[in-house]
Amino acid sequence: MTDETAVLSPSAVGPKRPAAEGGGRSGRDGRGQVWRSRRYRWDLRFSPYAFVAPFFLFFAAFGLFPLLYTGWAALHQVELTDPGSMTWVGLRNFTRLWDDEFFWNALRNTVTIGLLSTVPQLAIALGLAHLLNYRLRGSAFFRVAVLTPYATSVAAATLVFVLLFGRDYGMVNWALSALGFDAVDWQNGTFASQLAVSTIVIWRWTGYNALIYLAAMQAVPGELYESAALDGASRFQQFLHVTVPSLRPTIFFTCVVSTIGATQLFGEPLLFNGGAGATGGSDHQFQTLGLYLYEQGWVNLHLGRASAIAWAMFLILLLVAGAARLLRGRKDSR
Amino acid sequence: MRSLRAGRLTYVVLALFTAGSLFPLVWTAIAASRSNTRLAQTPPPFWFGGNLGRNLQVAWTDAHMGTALLNTVIVAGTVAAGTVFFSTLAGFAFAKLRFRGSRPLLALVIGTMLIPPQLSVVPLYMLIAKLSWTDRLQAVILPTLVGAFGVFFMRQYLVHALPMELVEAARTDGASSLRVLWHVVFPAARPAMAVLGMLTFVMAWNDFFWPIVALTQNGSPTVQVALTGLGRGYIPDQSVIMAGALLGTLPLLLVFLVFGRQIVGGIMQGAVKG
Repeated sequence: MTDETAVLSPSAVGPKRPAAEGGGRSGRDGRGQVWRSRRYRWDLRFSPYAFVAPFFLFFAAFGLFPLLYTGWAALHQVELTDPGSMTWVGLRNFTRLWDDEFFWNALRNTVTIGLLSTVPQLAIALGLAHLLNYRLRGSAFFRVAVLTPYATSVAAATLVFVLLFGRDYGMVNWALSALGFDAVDWQNGTFASQLAVSTIVIWRWTGYNALIYLAAMQAVPGELYESAALDGASRFQQFLHVTVPSLRPTIFFTCVVSTIGATQLFGEPLLFNGGAGATGGSDHQFQTLGLYLYEQGWVNLHLGRASAIAWAMFLILLLVAGAARLLRGRKDSR
Repeated sequence: MRSLRAGRLTYVVLALFTAGSLFPLVWTAIAASRSNTRLAQTPPPFWFGGNLGRNLQVAWTDAHMGTALLNTVIVAGTVAAGTVFFSTLAGFAFAKLRFRGSRPLLALVIGTMLIPPQLSVVPLYMLIAKLSWTDRLQAVILPTLVGAFGVFFMRQYLVHALPMELVEAARTDGASSLRVLWHVVFPAARPAMAVLGMLTFVMAWNDFFWPIVALTQNGSPTVQVALTGLGRGYIPDQSVIMAGALLGTLPLLLVFLVFGRQIVGGIMQGAVKG
């Protein structure tokens, strides 16, 4: 420390000091070196924070602040027409939700559509990944081909499926009648419309999940299969007793991600309505929570109620996550 | 890794899956090349007609598709570039630099992935309304400019791909953090940056929930928002709607055609390490 101050004090160094050129240069070098080493230490200590700062700054502004403010707004009456003026109403937005049949209807629909889309999607993805895991000619082509729906937007995909599921001229009903079945009213039947909306989700996400399973399958050690084969296990038995258990963490992960995705379902039910607004069908038969939030906030202009729905969705997600954790914990301890 | 040769049945089933994946896209193009009256007949058309040019033109002018496409390119491009840049910075710090609080901060980054976007949509809207940003592109760019997934993805990649000796060698040569970043980290991270950029571009291009809240068809919409406007005519012309859907999808399909393998690799890589 003393050395440092000595070197850094103006009297100790500097061009004015009457000394040989060599001495002066060495002094300047010394100061530069200290400055450099100090800057170096600062750099080491603070640049990591500078590198992670952008993420946290943006998150604070556009993630954390809105998150907390939603809770605050949920306790107020706020209208979209004048978001600046808020009237305190306490828990009234929440108690209204409790008595709101459309909220429960939307919750029911979200659960049904979530199950209808997630369960088949992941089951198909698992089988598809199993096939892709064979030594294949053109494997790159198949992988890219099953992933292409992922490149399609919710909007474009839903508009196409609206046509395919059309009651009078849609291809699905045409195929059904060609096979001798009755035509189905895919937009107005409750179960039929929920199945149709789920189909869009399944179509878009199966290939994506298949690739995630495929990646996990390729990490399964080959010896496990060899010893299973020695024990006389058929290919299907190997799949059930080697592949599926090894993939359990990945399956759990995709279940969580798909569940989160299902609770947020919005674009498909909005556009499956054929431009009739955010009601989710003439009888709200496929209105999800996400869509109901949008209807309350941006059609009926009640931002406070929309915030209450948002928090209700979050609490439901937390409940699901907690249940999954309990379930998983029990399995692990077994 | 197991390498059982696929039987004939495998190819048949995979071909069916491929057909199911591609069919709605091909049929979008078929429907876009027909007329609205033809689409209101059975059986539905299975092959291309001669109306594609006219439908594309109507979609282009009615929904201002040109502007919408340009807006989407700007949004998706900026979001992808920003995400890649900021994620590489943060990913490098979390992967290779030692600093106080790095573990809880990383846990916080991952934790933010669990927050549903609906939870912040109301205040976010109030915020951009206050800033008079509704209908402006920054309203959809800034809130998505960084993402936890990107940070996590880059960190996982750099943990293995960037040898610590390389960083230390540069340090011994007296390189500052910025120089290390520029001359060591960015070159090492380039493959992952490319993949993350493409994945982010696809996600930003297809984003729907927030853009439809923040932008209207009359302002500066993205393609996804413009598409919803096409469906709302008095008598919606389905063939024009399909032409619009085709316009909104085609650019990404081209990206997939060129970079499909890398995108597949990126998703699989993220899956294993995630």
